[in-house]
Amino acid sequence: MDQLLEILSNLHPDVDFEMEDRLIDDAILDSLDIVDLITAISDEFDVTITAKDIMPENFNSAEAMYDLIQRIRDEE
Amino acid sequence: MLFTSYSFIAFLAVLLVLYYLVPRRFQAPLLLAASCVFYLFAGPLFLIYIAVTTVTVYFAGLRIGDGLKAQSAYIKEHKADLSPEEKKAYKDSAKRVRTRWLVLALVINLGILAAVKYLNFAISNINGILSLFSSARLDFLSIALPLGISYYTLQSIGYLMDVYRGAYEPERKLWRFALFISFFPQLIQGPISRYSDLSPTLYAEHPFDMNSLLRGLERVLWGFFKKLVIADRIFIAVGEIIGDPAAYRGGFILFGMFLYTVELYADFTGGIDITIGVAQMLGIELRENFNRPYFSTSLKEYWRRWHISMCSWFRDYLFYPVSTSRWMSRFKKWNVSRFGQKVGKRIPVYAASFIVWFSTGLWHGASWNFIFWGLLNWAVLMISEELEPLYDRFRKAVPFSQSFGYKIFMMVRTFCLVAVMNLFDCYALLSDTLSCLGSIFIPSAWQGFSLGVLGLSAADYIVIIAGCALMLLVSILSVKGDVREQIAKKPYAVRFVLYFGLFIIILLMGVYGIGYDSGQFIYNRF
Repeated sequence: MDQLLEILSNLHPDVDFEMEDRLIDDAILDSLDIVDLITAISDEFDVTITAKDIMPENFNSAEAMYDLIQRIRDEE
Repeated sequence: MLFTSYSFIAFLAVLLVLYYLVPRRFQAPLLLAASCVFYLFAGPLFLIYIAVTTVTVYFAGLRIGDGLKAQSAYIKEHKADLSPEEKKAYKDSAKRVRTRWLVLALVINLGILAAVKYLNFAISNINGILSLFSSARLDFLSIALPLGISYYTLQSIGYLMDVYRGAYEPERKLWRFALFISFFPQLIQGPISRYSDLSPTLYAEHPFDMNSLLRGLERVLWGFFKKLVIADRIFIAVGEIIGDPAAYRGGFILFGMFLYTVELYADFTGGIDITIGVAQMLGIELRENFNRPYFSTSLKEYWRRWHISMCSWFRDYLFYPVSTSRWMSRFKKWNVSRFGQKVGKRIPVYAASFIVWFSTGLWHGASWNFIFWGLLNWAVLMISEELEPLYDRFRKAVPFSQSFGYKIFMMVRTFCLVAVMNLFDCYALLSDTLSCLGSIFIPSAWQGFSLGVLGLSAADYIVIIAGCALMLLVSILSVKGDVREQIAKKPYAVRFVLYFGLFIIILLMGVYGIGYDSGQFIYNRF
């Protein structure tokens, strides 16, 4: 989780990612951020996130993203 | 059949009576029959196009959905026997079959769209190249554009890709799927609905509800007001300016540019108000397609608030698949090794974005001015993205940048930017657009500038100003809460007076009166 929070804070240092749970719904992260984020997550966690995983509920909070990473790891 | 025609009003009135009289289980089949009748008015031949899309996407969806189901069942059954490598090999092989169905349906449906919408554009470009070294020319084909094909093709592809991704089960009943594709209020200018949003409300049984009917009627009247009183009135002046790029230059272009931006808003949001209102009268809820777009403080925000269903379609079904694809990942690695981490990672994202904006431009129309318009949007968005750190520093250094006044300035700036880019919608020839745009800065081109020669009287200008003030007021009020909710709380008598007043205004001030076939909605032609 710490690794993920570091990636997120590098992307938007001004956002409190531990508290935010409407990152997509409130447009804090836009589509370009999402692609940057997926690239960073893929590099750091060695998982493949595809377009089908890009849903608001998977990216609205750091916790949701972490769950997604775990889920993909289990599937792979 | 135009929304703003007697025939549509008669069609809707008959449908509403039948819809609430028939047993509720027949409501959805009745809607399908009504959608077919609505489509027949455009031309019986066009029914074949929409039928081909419906049938091909329906069957491909079933094959893909069944494939996914069989895969899950097989893996569950052989969980203990399969090694991870065998499991992966099985999944890859099953996915290849599903992908073939997806590709087949995409090729058929995008092929139809390309043939009817883009073939003549391709021929004109080929002729342009041929003219450089030969006198040979290809003949243009006489193909009519089927009603709503740009919209229903995107909607059906979105459905198919969702099924392919396993987001939901495919629709098993053909008639229900046909209704999803052809639902008449949204057929000609969207919104481009998602199956997961629309299907629960579309297929549900709807008891008669006076409140829902009145709210729908209210929305329809508001849409008619925007279209007939404001947009069609503005069109007289805009049409005059656009119609003669040699005569109308300088001040006319500056004035016409802003006027067209207001017309586009009144026309398109008015059309969507009628769409959503008609659906609501039938008890069906459609998603909003606009969120006060001219209150945006940047172009990026504007594209989150304008034509939301189209933008989110291109994001979810083109931008994300392209930018997360394997070949884009390889392209990224190549760029990183060549240009370093920071620049190398940005290039693929900007390339994916380029593809999206090129496609968005092309979707709007088969001509270079639309493609240029799309790429201009892309360029401004990407430059803004690169300048973001600079904006950040500016915002931190200048306290005024947080004030309300500065926010208003940013809204006006974004509106002006959108107005300039909208000019590329207006002229078919890029050379005309650039020449007209340049004439704004040439003092001699302003000679003879007068608002009185554009076909509008002083009374027309007053109606336009008052209409715009009313649209602005409603938008401002709706920031704090839903204006329609407030109206819904009023007694029926007050509501009827309000609706009747709006109806009278439309009758008296609508440009052609409600009985005439007024101008086409701008977004119909896309």
